[in-house]
Amino acid sequence: MNLTAEFQNLVRPIRRFWSDLFAPLRRAWARQPKPVRWAIGAIGIALLYLLPVINPPIITTEPGVNFSSVLGGTIVLYVLVALGLNVVVGMAGMLDLGYAGFYAVGAYVCGVLTSKHASWPWIASLPVAVLVTMLAGVILGSPTLRLRGDYLAIVTLGFGEIIRIVAKNVDWLGAAEGISNIKRPVFDQWEFDVINTDPYYWLYLTITIGVVFLLRRLVNSRVGRAWTAIREDEDAAELMGVPTFKFKLLAFAIGAAIGGLAGVLFAGKNGLIYPTTFDIQLSILFLAAVVLGGSGSITGAIVGGVLVSYLPERFRFLKESRYFWFGIVLVFIMVFRPQGLIGSRRRRRELANPQDRPDFPGVAGSDLAEAVEPHEGGTRHA
Amino acid sequence: MDWNNFVDTFWQNTMNGLSLGAIYALIALGYTLVYGVLRLINFAHSEIFMLGCFGSFATLWALGIDRINGDNPYKSGVELIGILALCLVVSMAISATAAVTLERIAYRPLRKRNAPRLVFLISAIGASFAIAEAVALFGAKGREEYGLPFVLNEKDVLFTVFGADMTNVRFIAIVGAVVMMVLLTTFVSRTRTGRGIRAVAQDAETARLMGVNTDRIIFITFLLGGLMAGGAAFLFELFRGAARYDTGFVLGVKSFTAAVLGGIGNIKGALLGGITLGVVELWGAGLFGGRWTDVIAFVVLVSVLMFRPSGLLGETLGRARA
Repeated sequence: MNLTAEFQNLVRPIRRFWSDLFAPLRRAWARQPKPVRWAIGAIGIALLYLLPVINPPIITTEPGVNFSSVLGGTIVLYVLVALGLNVVVGMAGMLDLGYAGFYAVGAYVCGVLTSKHASWPWIASLPVAVLVTMLAGVILGSPTLRLRGDYLAIVTLGFGEIIRIVAKNVDWLGAAEGISNIKRPVFDQWEFDVINTDPYYWLYLTITIGVVFLLRRLVNSRVGRAWTAIREDEDAAELMGVPTFKFKLLAFAIGAAIGGLAGVLFAGKNGLIYPTTFDIQLSILFLAAVVLGGSGSITGAIVGGVLVSYLPERFRFLKESRYFWFGIVLVFIMVFRPQGLIGSRRRRRELANPQDRPDFPGVAGSDLAEAVEPHEGGTRHA
Repeated sequence: MDWNNFVDTFWQNTMNGLSLGAIYALIALGYTLVYGVLRLINFAHSEIFMLGCFGSFATLWALGIDRINGDNPYKSGVELIGILALCLVVSMAISATAAVTLERIAYRPLRKRNAPRLVFLISAIGASFAIAEAVALFGAKGREEYGLPFVLNEKDVLFTVFGADMTNVRFIAIVGAVVMMVLLTTFVSRTRTGRGIRAVAQDAETARLMGVNTDRIIFITFLLGGLMAGGAAFLFELFRGAARYDTGFVLGVKSFTAAVLGGIGNIKGALLGGITLGVVELWGAGLFGGRWTDVIAFVVLVSVLMFRPSGLLGETLGRARA
């Protein structure tokens, strides 16, 4: 008992230091005039596009692993998935343990339309898949979203498993062998093939940047504020006149659609899908990405998605044991830094240790002191 | 749908469903107790069960036993009972230790600072994956299945009901589960500590004011859940005779389903829910084919949560869910 208290005392300063790690950076960023921010952002994005060409020595993968393929086929997809799951888990506060199910629905719609039962071009299957996944989200969501918290988590887990088992058992969907020969994306001059994988990365990165842009607009809108209200106190939100069910369903549908989109991209890059890919472990890995980066924050989701996908590819010895490490990391993050590496400030206040919470305005470094500064107020927590 | 098969296998499936359901019920008790006291789905409980399975194995390996009666040299009845008792004790000890350690590492720090429930659940999921993967990574056979000595000869038929065989191992599983459940119910309803558990489940804050040591009660709750999971692991391995790093996962989710089905937080509900789920699942398998078994369990879970979220018998250990 005493030991626990001692331990808490020991880690509290560390935790405090860590929680302020990005604060100076954030403040410096907020102080820059808008054109400077835009310019830095543009340079950053240009560098992202050039990554496979530059192939930076330390960042690149180990010999024998195609860096641009990892970038386009794994990292971007995980970022996209983390962004989508972040809408459900981080923004609206509903724990979804079956997110790989939506990923699977997207991939399977693409597979069925371009290879198994029709031969549409890949790009035509994309909007259909996104719509179908969104519909799946609404169908699964409308009866289940009335449940709360942990019950919702278990039901989504159940749905994720049902989707996977159905894909495994139904011959129309290719059963255990899955679907092969899925069409690759084709544009006039661009060649999407196995050897030159750069175009995948560029296309997928463009799509992801588009999604980030849309999500940022959404978060800073009425919808985003409604989600925050629901996440923080559903009853209070309801009493304040927020139609909670409607907004929860919207979050679920948008999250599902982004998951489906990522599934289509996955199918287009891989050319082959089978049910075992979409197991519960994948859902947990996605969740680890969101929680690790910082649930509720778009930047956090991106960072989490990159870390979860990049680390096992960069350090191959981690590949086999990654679920183990991410499991341990989940516990540690929850115990020491529940808001994630780059958590939104609002989320941090929500999850903080009551003893660490500043009770008086004007305490140095406190959230309240920060909030008084220009550019720091309002709902800008992306 | 295959009605003929359903009718043909009805009684056999009922028998097997009863024994499987007894296992579900024992694991469900762990979920129910912890949920009743902490309002937490102890997601890692399935892994505690899995560790218990390996506890039984390790004992048999350590004793150098492959098969007791059956192909191997016959052992006397006393020896046999001794071996079985040892397996049971080791399984229970391992599971209980794991459960208590888990509470210390993954939950207590969160409890100390009143973390939101989602934080608990994510921590639990992390712990669950870390334990399962640790077995997969550091175990002798990795991700492969550990096939194992059936301690008793599985084929021995004790009696038949409507032409369906009840084998000795399945019979022991049912009887063992019922005995453990009676012991647990007695403990919770008769002893002083049991009264503490019920008090904390009803209102932790008030219980603390009345002088109940909540930390100790929570410790004991995890201990009891671990003991039940260890017992379940032993009984399960009697007729399953194989385990893998992910053995716990599906069983865990189904047992949780059973707990919710009977009414989470309700000890008798766990028994009813477990038996119901085990039997319904195997009837469904007879009707639709074995590969749909897991889907049936999940559909039952989803429908129960949607239409009767407080379960068949309601939640009695604690107050109603908010």
